[in-house]
Amino acid sequence: MAPPPGPAPQRASRLVRLIRRPEFGSLVGCIVVYIFFAVVAGGHDFVSVQATAGWLNITAELGIIAVPLSLLMIAGEIDLSFGAVIGAAQVIVALGTGFYNAPIWAMIVLALAFGVLVGVVNGLVTVKTGLPSFIVTLGTWFVVAGLGLGLSLQLTGTSTLTLTSVPASAHDLFAWTVNGFHISILWWATITALASVVLLRTRFGNWTLATGGDLFAARAAGVPTGRVKVTLFIVTATAAALVGIIQTLEYNTGNATSGTEYVFYAIIAVIVGGVLLTGGYGSPLGVAIGAITYGFVSVGVYYTGWNTNYAQAFLGALLLLAVLANNYFRKLALAVR
Amino acid sequence: MPENPVMELHSVTKRFLGKTAVQDVSLKLFPGEVLCVLGPNGAGKSTLIKILSGVYKPTTGNVLVGGQPVTLNSPQEARALGISTVHQEVGTIPLMSVARNFFLGAEPTMRLGPFRLLDLKAADRIAVEELRKMGIQRVTDGRQTVGTLSGGERQALAIARAVYFGAKVLILDEPTSDLGVHEARVVLKLIKEVRGRDVAVILITHNAHQALSVGDRFAVLTHGILAAEFRRGEKTPEEVISLMAGGRAFEELEAAVEAEPARASDQNGDGQ
Repeated sequence: MAPPPGPAPQRASRLVRLIRRPEFGSLVGCIVVYIFFAVVAGGHDFVSVQATAGWLNITAELGIIAVPLSLLMIAGEIDLSFGAVIGAAQVIVALGTGFYNAPIWAMIVLALAFGVLVGVVNGLVTVKTGLPSFIVTLGTWFVVAGLGLGLSLQLTGTSTLTLTSVPASAHDLFAWTVNGFHISILWWATITALASVVLLRTRFGNWTLATGGDLFAARAAGVPTGRVKVTLFIVTATAAALVGIIQTLEYNTGNATSGTEYVFYAIIAVIVGGVLLTGGYGSPLGVAIGAITYGFVSVGVYYTGWNTNYAQAFLGALLLLAVLANNYFRKLALAVR
Repeated sequence: MPENPVMELHSVTKRFLGKTAVQDVSLKLFPGEVLCVLGPNGAGKSTLIKILSGVYKPTTGNVLVGGQPVTLNSPQEARALGISTVHQEVGTIPLMSVARNFFLGAEPTMRLGPFRLLDLKAADRIAVEELRKMGIQRVTDGRQTVGTLSGGERQALAIARAVYFGAKVLILDEPTSDLGVHEARVVLKLIKEVRGRDVAVILITHNAHQALSVGDRFAVLTHGILAAEFRRGEKTPEEVISLMAGGRAFEELEAAVEAEPARASDQNGDGQ
């Protein structure tokens, strides 16, 4: 309805601005969960350096994939296949170096290239056919997962492949650890910072928001929406390959079935992080905070001494709360002033 | 008319599978002039707009821009020639800010080392300035989301954007049909503002009173044929409504209105 004519309203106050930010809900949830475990599991050292390294390491590996995934979801698409890409990247690196004695850097490049390939297929099929990416990437998930496990079993007779020797250069870049803090934390922080700058301060970021916000309006304004989507499918799948490479070098083993659970956890982190399921709204920083919340829960439940299965129930409840809160915050953001 | 038309339709006919939607229509659009195309539903108004905006190509006849015959293969091609269309709802994205919407697809950037980043400060400032020039005072912060704007303000944003990016012809397709009385007034003021900037405006509407309040020239379309063309002041509102009613004599219409008072407000378009 028409608002009454009147004097121009004041610029929104600092507090209102903070509340309207897409990462606000995510931050509040994260703080509440931390305080909860600090109180309940404080006696069991949830706040210790060791536990902090624990949740940060878990957060980082999830965040490396959840943050790029959030950009894809802001553009209005989803990827389910990245879990299988994590496993496939592990197989590529471990099979190549541990079984065929290929140079590790070549296999790392090959694993990343495989990620790019899966992203290209996901992107082109989704954009060219107009099919929902949920279905397209469900298909590629199973294709990649089946091929990875099948090939690894056929070629080596086992699904778990071991690395023999890793050169220091590769180890330092992907598996360096100091005082229990893993280098993946740096990867995660860098990727989050990059994703934030790209989304909020580049033309590509503006196009990403527009593509998910209103596809037809974006096209009418001349935004190459197909190119935006394909690019983000590639970024997501390549980030998944990176997670696979990091995990292989960290544990010196590769397994085709690794990474499947990441599909669910990453989507939870994205939604808890404040991204709208329908696209067009969200922030990489919020999703990084969503990944931290996941880290708190998975480590926190362990430190309480409870049965760790409760972590899942906790995450499920968090997801539901987040969806409800997001819905509310979006209405707030759109309220006519 | 001393000036040359910025855009012209020259005996344009459009047929779909043997059915004629628009027949032998010639129109001229002049800079700084509002041409209102009036007509009942199914008169061929939307076909005409789609020919002007590059969606359809005419079956026969010519489209001229700046005196030169052109073939418009898409709305993008039309826009490149300075022909912009603003539809009722499409065009702005509610969850994005005013400034981001204003510059979507043509974002201003600045260099930072090897990177090109958005110049958000400039985008905010220009978007708010351009809206203010269009008479929208309520938007003072370019970071405000478009979802918080009223329908009239969103139209203003879409129109201001088109004009800022060099539209010479602005096609407005029923811009007030979804708006309340106050909001419709905002858009009508906006049309006068755009006309003052030497843009040729073509306003498609079925609301004769609104058309008469902003139009300089009028074209009435019925059954795909240009039934009448006249200038401001040459016809009374009653005559215009009569023409729009499909060329029926006014007396006949009046008799119908007498008989059915409920339909009267419907016919003169004030029921919006």
